[in-house]
Amino acid sequence: MSRALHIDDGFIWLLRILAITVIALVVAVAYVLVTGSAEAWHQFGFSFLLGREWDPIMDSYGALPFIVGSLLTAFLALLVSIPFSLSIALYLGEFFQRGRLSAIFTSLVELLAGIPSVIYGFWALFYLVPVVRWLEDRLGLPPLGVGILSAAWILAIMIIPFSASIAREVIRMVPVGLKEAAYALGATHFEVVRDVILPVGRSGIFAGIMLSLGRALGETMAVTMVIGNSNYMPTSLFDPANTIASLVANEFAEADSSLYMSGLVELGLILFLMTGIINLGGRVVIRRLSK
Amino acid sequence: MKLATTISAHTRRRYLYDVLFRVLIFSLCALAILPLFFIFGFIFSKGASALDLEFLISLPKSIGEPGGGVLNAITGSVLLVALASLMALPLGVASGTYLSEYRGSKLSQVLGQAVEVLNGVPSIVIGLVAYELVVRPMGGFSALSGGIALGLMMIPVIARSTEETLRMLPPSLKEASLALGASYSATLLRVILPAGLSGIITGVLVSLARVAGETAPLLFTAFGNPFVNWDLSKPVSSLPSLIFNYAVSPYEDWHRLAWGSACVLLLGILGLNMLSRWLSRKWRWY
Amino acid sequence: MNKYVASMLIGLATASGVWAQGEILGAGATFPYPLYSKMFNEYYAKKNVKVNYQSIGSGGGIKQIMSETVDFGATDAFLDEEQLKSAKRPLIHIPIVLGAVTVTYNLEGVSSLRLTPTVLADIFLGKITKWNDARIAQLNTGVRLIDKSIVLVHRSDGSGTTSIFTDYLAKVSPEWKNKVGAGKSVKWPTGLGAKGNEGVAGLVKQMPGSISYVELAYTRQNKMPVATLQNKAGNWVQPSLQSTTAAAAIKIPDDTRVNLTNSDVKDGYPIAAFTWIVVYQDQNYSNRSQAKAESLAKLLWWMVHEGRAYSEALDYSNLPPDALAKAEINLKKLSFGNTKLLP
Repeated sequence: MSRALHIDDGFIWLLRILAITVIALVVAVAYVLVTGSAEAWHQFGFSFLLGREWDPIMDSYGALPFIVGSLLTAFLALLVSIPFSLSIALYLGEFFQRGRLSAIFTSLVELLAGIPSVIYGFWALFYLVPVVRWLEDRLGLPPLGVGILSAAWILAIMIIPFSASIAREVIRMVPVGLKEAAYALGATHFEVVRDVILPVGRSGIFAGIMLSLGRALGETMAVTMVIGNSNYMPTSLFDPANTIASLVANEFAEADSSLYMSGLVELGLILFLMTGIINLGGRVVIRRLSK
Repeated sequence: MKLATTISAHTRRRYLYDVLFRVLIFSLCALAILPLFFIFGFIFSKGASALDLEFLISLPKSIGEPGGGVLNAITGSVLLVALASLMALPLGVASGTYLSEYRGSKLSQVLGQAVEVLNGVPSIVIGLVAYELVVRPMGGFSALSGGIALGLMMIPVIARSTEETLRMLPPSLKEASLALGASYSATLLRVILPAGLSGIITGVLVSLARVAGETAPLLFTAFGNPFVNWDLSKPVSSLPSLIFNYAVSPYEDWHRLAWGSACVLLLGILGLNMLSRWLSRKWRWY
Repeated sequence: MNKYVASMLIGLATASGVWAQGEILGAGATFPYPLYSKMFNEYYAKKNVKVNYQSIGSGGGIKQIMSETVDFGATDAFLDEEQLKSAKRPLIHIPIVLGAVTVTYNLEGVSSLRLTPTVLADIFLGKITKWNDARIAQLNTGVRLIDKSIVLVHRSDGSGTTSIFTDYLAKVSPEWKNKVGAGKSVKWPTGLGAKGNEGVAGLVKQMPGSISYVELAYTRQNKMPVATLQNKAGNWVQPSLQSTTAAAAIKIPDDTRVNLTNSDVKDGYPIAAFTWIVVYQDQNYSNRSQAKAESLAKLLWWMVHEGRAYSEALDYSNLPPDALAKAEINLKKLSFGNTKLLP
């Protein structure tokens, strides 16, 4: 009897230790980022965030171009993707909740979510960039092809499944009674969506959008391949740029001074905090909804 | 007798809006998945032609020479994913189990938050952290550091799916086992976890599919290798990093190898997804 | 059945190189990568020693050798005094071959283009923005230049090729020298970035109207057009094995760190350069084994001797006698503690 209890104790302790290890790993992530960026923080303080010049030669670093690059591509991608992901969410969450077609469509959307970033980038480089190049040529702009527009476009395609799946759950959670009542009163599908589902599911849908934003900010490979890799502040959608993620991917292996490394780690910390806060916000809203 | 022939103009307009709306939704949905067909179409048509025996079992030739294969990348990806799973399985399943069993406890709440945070960490940041935590102390790039980086990304997915699976099990299962006198650990190991096995395995397969395609965490951890490497302490190649390097190059032949690798990668991910779906349907215990 | 399985496993193991002796890890310049990848393939075939070379750019090569994460670093931008001082212990430069930085472009129907140094500099300064600009047209009468914007592509990573190219531009254009300067990473007035010689060549090949600077082997292998440049002596010179070799016919310092740009030689190509491998002189550091050090020394010796057989097919020029002699002297300095590694 006591042996069984000992095994039990041991087992529970094993579970606890493994659980604590996971927590420790997450703490380690934060710790590495904070200590790694200490040097750059001491050297530059807030001017790191506002500085416009990323200058490895002079060992002076300002991250604003990349923060702007990240936010610009992510928000643009978000804007473009919202109509699509909402449509998918409505389609699967309201109009075709069951049935063969719905199952197939769900699988297709899941497949979209499963395609690796580098394959998206590969495809975008060969098929989206030429289209953007053609567009720029038509508009009389330098036909670069690569740049913020291409990056935002492929990013939009990539994040559609994310906000779609969350929005779908939210839409499903709208009380059936409300919808049935509206239909019973003769409302059309459109009116039910506009007047019942969207208002009721508004915060949840917003949360889904926030989580998509977090995902878009963290994307690296597809963006690196089509954003044009310029360290200057972008002034238009057609400019080449860099996001925080693509810059770190480009320059990490060659950061030859400790300040340079520290600057890159600080960028990583900024990205971590940005995505962390946005994701936290999204999760909090969703949790409040499911209560 | 004519029924309701007089539909008011107002109502007609409402119906019109409805039809337009549904058409719009449907078109947007179709448009949204169009890239899927494009991407799969191009990769399979271009990639399939690259898939021959040489592709699968030989090493890359020197740059500019046609031919060669991607055995180094295929074996590298297998090694990295295996390492990642070794690390993530115990940590992920244990976390998920703890979260489901000790739902209210303080540790569980912290763990839940930690897992969510880990899930949201951008892959490039994971690579950064793995560099600082593994590559620096080890003094060099290695398959181990790459495996750890990928493992970190797998843990939250496995933890979450394990937690959800266990939560959905009927409580009578546990109660019956305990009532029969089985110890807690025996209940967990012999009754609960096996019951949730399909969900857990699904989670593992899904997380595998996710990290198999990751490149960013491997950029400064696994580094790369033109040879096949099973040594954990040495750098190793991988399909995604090969695709990245070859795709941006000017060499037509490298493009061909990249398409082929993308094809292999997609097939692998598709396979994992289908396998997980089949398993979850077949092994439904409850 | 068992024999079949066993022989299959042995076959797989052989294909995967499990029997190979040791492994050498190097990283750095993309400039010589076409040659190095050929050399290392041959070295593996002949000596059964695997050399894992990752072309991450000269900046990366320098960083990784300084961090001691690789056995050797490759760079076309030699370390300056300050960098050498900041290293933990003495480093030596071994020149391996010479290459040429070409100016490559993508312009439909234009297979040859002439550019003077000042026009070249002004293009990269962003002062000449269209292909049919009068200054380009007057150098290229008879060539149909269309009204298209010039799109500049440069390196996004720390690059020895950039260092060589900007060094040349700084020498021929005072404005470039003041405004931008020379180095592995510079503040380009305009343009797109791409990673490695591979990425730059890839982008130029895809983008009509683009122009950039890429090592000769890449443009040859991908059949990309290159500009004919006017050298210091006033002659129009195409980048080639011959013009690169000509530019190298000078005396170099003992530590072999030298810039060949804007060569005085009559038919020397103006943007030719050495590329080096950088290693620690005393190989006894960080728990390295003597066997590993010997293996590395043998590899480097092979590269500048037997390895020479592979250069010319890829349009890399072999070290002239003076440079080779100095390379050998430097190689012989390699030691493991008190033991010299090469007799």
